[in-house]
Amino acid sequence: MEPAAITRALEAANVVKAYGTFKAVDGLNLTVETGQLVALLGPNGAGKTTTIEMLEGYRQRTSGELSVLGVDPGKAGREWRARIGIVLQTASDGSDVSVRFLLSHYAKLYPRSRSVDELIGLVGLGSKADSKVASLSGGQRRRLDVALGIVGRPELLFLDEPTTGFDPEARRDFWGLIKQLHREGTTILLTTHYLAEAEALAERVVVMNHGRVVTDSSLQDLRARAGDMATVRWVGSGGELQEQLTAAPADFVTKLKQEMGHEPVGLTVTRPSLEDVYLELVGEAAVGVSVDG
Amino acid sequence: MASVKLPGVVASGIARVNFELKSFFGDPAAVVFTLVFPVLLLVVFGSVFTDSEMPGGVSFSQYFTAGMIASGVLYTAFQGLVINLAQERQDGTLKRLGGTPMPKSAFFVGKIGLYAVLYVAQVAILLGIGIALFGLSLPDSAFKWFTFVWISVVSLVAWTLLGVAFSVVPKSSRAASAIVTPIVLVLQFTSGVFFVYNELPEWMQQFAAVFPLKWMSQGMRSVFLPETYETAEVGGGWELPMVALVLGLWALVGLVLALAFFRWTPRGQR
Repeated sequence: MEPAAITRALEAANVVKAYGTFKAVDGLNLTVETGQLVALLGPNGAGKTTTIEMLEGYRQRTSGELSVLGVDPGKAGREWRARIGIVLQTASDGSDVSVRFLLSHYAKLYPRSRSVDELIGLVGLGSKADSKVASLSGGQRRRLDVALGIVGRPELLFLDEPTTGFDPEARRDFWGLIKQLHREGTTILLTTHYLAEAEALAERVVVMNHGRVVTDSSLQDLRARAGDMATVRWVGSGGELQEQLTAAPADFVTKLKQEMGHEPVGLTVTRPSLEDVYLELVGEAAVGVSVDG
Repeated sequence: MASVKLPGVVASGIARVNFELKSFFGDPAAVVFTLVFPVLLLVVFGSVFTDSEMPGGVSFSQYFTAGMIASGVLYTAFQGLVINLAQERQDGTLKRLGGTPMPKSAFFVGKIGLYAVLYVAQVAILLGIGIALFGLSLPDSAFKWFTFVWISVVSLVAWTLLGVAFSVVPKSSRAASAIVTPIVLVLQFTSGVFFVYNELPEWMQQFAAVFPLKWMSQGMRSVFLPETYETAEVGGGWELPMVALVLGLWALVGLVLALAFFRWTPRGQR
């Protein structure tokens, strides 16, 4: 094994997952270095869940190469499972037992588990520790899911759309927890369809659409891309709306005023937001809603 | 990464049994229904056929108790388990467990442990009510009690493993009860639980003889009926070695099928 490969938590090369003729994942290339927090962003149906479930070993790829912590997840054994943590997209299990009992049970299945009290404190479920799981709210249930994902002190944590359905405050609390785990050295790959979530958490954003990575860059680069060009709009002398895309809007407006001989009517200068860049990347699929695969 | 010792089958298995029990008893309605249902049937049948004495002064409820104990295993370890697993596959329980380092066998141990406890409770209630209401007589020799125990153990293991394997057939938990209930009823009618086995048509007897319920019922009759009944059996005797063989083979078949077909995720999620 090359030295570089040791620091690599995860590597996917040209991975394809086909269901009949439909390719849910169509030639995915992705690497995550140890210690990184990477957000996999994309609209519903982009292939995020299929991708993450192949990495977790739940789904078998059709072709391509996959290595997670140096092991092929399709053939991985119990030792490998002890080193990863999984937070699934939906779960409603364990409803008839208490939060504490559920956590202490899962703690027994791992070799070097966190203590149950530590876990309950980490996810902020102290007041609900002895309540039945069925009595938790959606946000509390999700925090329990995270506690179950990190009970075995994973080196690599997968989170599949962890905050869907959260109110803004719950989402902010949750981000704090994820950041803390990241600071403690956990490598994290999370999927989301909220741009704000990727922006708040990740140093690196991988945008997927139609089963492929459409961009893989740091947030800075993505923001820089947003800042490159500006659109100048004004009303022309004949009353028609005019529009010009330019990298130097100040120069353009100065020249425009000179040409027209007066202040241009309805003048605006706009730059695309990060969201505009994202929407452009994922194209029309961002508008249409489909079932996530 | 330094190698860390993973919790073994025994430790994980004990944890699973503990969890299954706590989880099951966390739903009182399911507990009551599971434990009371065979008793309900015994009371209904025992009351309807209260006057119909069988040869040798044996009451119908004495005959029926043997079949009801055999059916108890079928209700809990097969019917109950198939529905329970379909539910757990749907709500994500199995998917979550499949993502942990728990050995798969520990999961099966947990289910067998749960249904063993339920079976013991069910049998205790059934025998208690049988004695109180219908003058049921208990096995009168150590050999019969021994037979009772080994038949119970082997049947429990066989039906649990068959249930684990069969649980992949229904697509949802709702479909599970619709599919498994007729199977249980047909087996009970043809295996001599509701009717006296040697009075059934021969084709029906031969059909039932392929499956474990007939053999478990026969073995239980050897425990609860007097020796004078032995010659009335279709095979001319209790055939305990054959009972052991058939039940043992089904346990083996169950194990092979469970290992081959059991899955953590719903069908179509692969």
